[in-house]
Amino acid sequence: MPEELYEIEANIPANPIEEYLRMDRMPHIWCPGCGIGTTVNCFVRALQTSGLDLDKVAVVSGIGCTGRVAGYMNLDSFHTTHGRAIPFATGLKLANPELKVVVYSGDGDLTAIGGNHFIHAARRNMDITVILINNMIYGMTGGQVAPTTPVGATASTTPHGNFEETFNLPFLAESCGAVYVARWTAHHVRHLTKSIKEALAKKGFSFIEILAPCPTLYSRRNKLGDGLDQMEFYRDHSQIKNGADTKSVAIDFQGDIVVGKFVDKERPTYLEAMNNHYQKKYGDRYVPSEEMRKVFHA
Amino acid sequence: MHADPIGVLTGAHFIDGDHACSEGAIAAGCRFVAGYPITPSTEVVERIADRFPFVGGVFIQMEDEIASSIAIQGAVWGGKKAMTVTSGPGFSLMMEHIGFAAMTETPCVFVDVQRAGPSTGLPTMPAQGDMMQARWGSHGDYQIIAIAPNSPQECFDLTIHAFNLSERYRVPVMMMMDECVGHMIERVVIPEAEKIEVHNRKVYEGPKENYLAFEAGRDLVPTMVKAGDGYKIHVTGLTHDEKGYPNMSVATQAKLVQRLMDKIRLNADDIIKYEEENVEGADIVVVTFGITSRTAIPAIEQARAKGLKVGHLRLIVCWPFPEKRIRELAGRVKAIVMPELNMGQMVYEVERCAAGKCNVVSVPHAGGTVHQPKDILAAIEKSIRGK
Amino acid sequence: MPRTEIKIGGFGGQGVILSGYILGRAASIFDHKNATMIQAFGPEARGSATSAQLIISDEPITYPYIVAPNVMVLMSQEAYSKFSPELAPGGMLLTEEDLVATHNLRSDVKHYSIPATRFAEELGKRLVLNIVMLGFATAITNIVGREAARNAVKVSVPKGTEELNFAAFEKGYEYGLKLLKGEPEKVMA
Repeated sequence: MPEELYEIEANIPANPIEEYLRMDRMPHIWCPGCGIGTTVNCFVRALQTSGLDLDKVAVVSGIGCTGRVAGYMNLDSFHTTHGRAIPFATGLKLANPELKVVVYSGDGDLTAIGGNHFIHAARRNMDITVILINNMIYGMTGGQVAPTTPVGATASTTPHGNFEETFNLPFLAESCGAVYVARWTAHHVRHLTKSIKEALAKKGFSFIEILAPCPTLYSRRNKLGDGLDQMEFYRDHSQIKNGADTKSVAIDFQGDIVVGKFVDKERPTYLEAMNNHYQKKYGDRYVPSEEMRKVFHA
Repeated sequence: MHADPIGVLTGAHFIDGDHACSEGAIAAGCRFVAGYPITPSTEVVERIADRFPFVGGVFIQMEDEIASSIAIQGAVWGGKKAMTVTSGPGFSLMMEHIGFAAMTETPCVFVDVQRAGPSTGLPTMPAQGDMMQARWGSHGDYQIIAIAPNSPQECFDLTIHAFNLSERYRVPVMMMMDECVGHMIERVVIPEAEKIEVHNRKVYEGPKENYLAFEAGRDLVPTMVKAGDGYKIHVTGLTHDEKGYPNMSVATQAKLVQRLMDKIRLNADDIIKYEEENVEGADIVVVTFGITSRTAIPAIEQARAKGLKVGHLRLIVCWPFPEKRIRELAGRVKAIVMPELNMGQMVYEVERCAAGKCNVVSVPHAGGTVHQPKDILAAIEKSIRGK
Repeated sequence: MPRTEIKIGGFGGQGVILSGYILGRAASIFDHKNATMIQAFGPEARGSATSAQLIISDEPITYPYIVAPNVMVLMSQEAYSKFSPELAPGGMLLTEEDLVATHNLRSDVKHYSIPATRFAEELGKRLVLNIVMLGFATAITNIVGREAARNAVKVSVPKGTEELNFAAFEKGYEYGLKLLKGEPEKVMA
């Protein structure tokens, strides 16, 4: 390589989000046009302004393309088994309530194989933030149908078109008791960043669904163009409706997408409920763990 | 180091094996338990749920055994000692996470109160049919430790031992109880806290830069930190390098898997634990574990009364298996007899080690109750007939 | 004391398991003998005839199940029909007088009975029937000492009910002693 090229490289200013990433793991595995990286950028920018002590933030992922997020974050990070990020995060949070525990995983991971954990964590109002990247397909394994694939779309395991009802994830999360529910797309970077920041500040089970393009498997198979075409689609077909009834936000194949913050309410979190219950029932006889005492009995 | 007195119910108790297991876990310092109801193990988590609010512990009943078996691992990386408790069908659901614990070197304890299978089988009746599953149930190559208690007292003592081994070797340890031992009520003596030895994981406290979370020293066991300590660790079930980073190379796989195997294999002499009686000079050795060690004793006594030279070797740690000892014995006895409450599982290990040097007789049982001593006696007598 | 197998039988709600537990606890914790108790589990334990199996011995207990009970304490007719044929030769049978009619009883069996329900009712709580039976069994069999049994009752019954249970125990125990006065010796001594 000619000498001057080295010079040029050296003069490129560091990307401001680099310190939040494990740069020694770059390049990442995501395809050109994939939306996951954009969401990670938003996540980092939310962290930057969140005021959180980054030593106390942990990211937990399952398996799949989005499951790789944990491995790229320069935080305590756990790349667990398929579908089980939420129960792992549950154990982590209960062991040390001082931690801000973020589950970052895909639609198939969190709502198919991990669906049972998703609904129960929301029901319990477990103190975790769940960021779900919905690319409407199983990417890592080669484009199979997911519970989030719209009716009419094709996938490698629905080569004749999908005819199964699609999950309306904000409705699911709200029904199960999530206290914060929002949906954005990879196009809505400013809204999304703000939303992640809000979710991180929220006590209890906060949930953000992010629609993101999978140009390699979803868009190409469905003749929807590349990543940029998908982003343009998000731009042209998204309607911001904060406070929308989550019943009404189901996703159709290439239909309009309702985005926004749908739910932002309060109810006792799992940890609050547990601590209050024992405190009320047993007073000083209740012995919370040291970590629990710091957070709830200071 | 010894047990935290806050959790230790010093004194003599008349309790069942399940409850003794709970007390053992508390004495060992376990402060996180996740479980899902299943007979005959539920009493373990019931007692934990009752006791934990007063000892600084958190119990959560998860939505299934899959969730339970990974929630405990989250808690371990949050700094706790943790266990989950189940029986046959639930144990089957946990298999993937035994592999995850082995791969990520997450110290934790899995209690399996065995009942007769396959499938739903006989939920309220004993068996020892999960012994091979405990060893081989998750995919790929790995090592675990499995322990089989034969009384409520041992359910207490050996649960502490299970945690100690788990912390020492950063490996999942299986507490292989059975319905008979789990529901049997006997005297359990809990010593004073300062007389209970408790081991904790080796914690790294060095510089944060370039910390290699999965670099092991001579004992092949890496040090550990927990989430929140500022080390920004990465833990993955993927093949990983010393830093914990995924590395999809044949060389990294070979190195990692070899170490995961070796840290148990090369330390096997320290881990293996068995008891022998009248083995010196014996013609026949009865090899047992768990509840079968008790049902075999009347048979052994009757055989000895008839003039047969019968010894008894009881496995306390079943995995790793005492290969060396069985090889030695096979070279100088006429027969090894192995009753177990399954259709023949650990006996394969005996046969492998005996390698044809002596007669190996399996005394199988499909489970649902324990062996009749007369059946074991008949097998002992038959084992040397015509030899 | 050699290995002694005891089976306590009755119907659900009579406190069968608790009485077995108290007897085992008395032997194990307060008399420093070995005791192993096995509970009958599963749907069958919730139905009609339920039982507690107990082994008490000075020696270590190896085989954990009872084979042929030396002593049987039965509190229902069904338990009698179902369990009494298992009694060891020369075994001892203790029954609740008004609840069990001992039809076709083997001649080798030593039989004692007590109107425990009536005694319990006299004490104002039918529920303590099992403790009356326990006192009776303690006196007749001498498997555990009176003090050991009383200590075990004390730590095993709900707080605040100790006095009632002691009264029940003594009622059964005294009745047993009276019955034995006609006997040359305590059978299990």
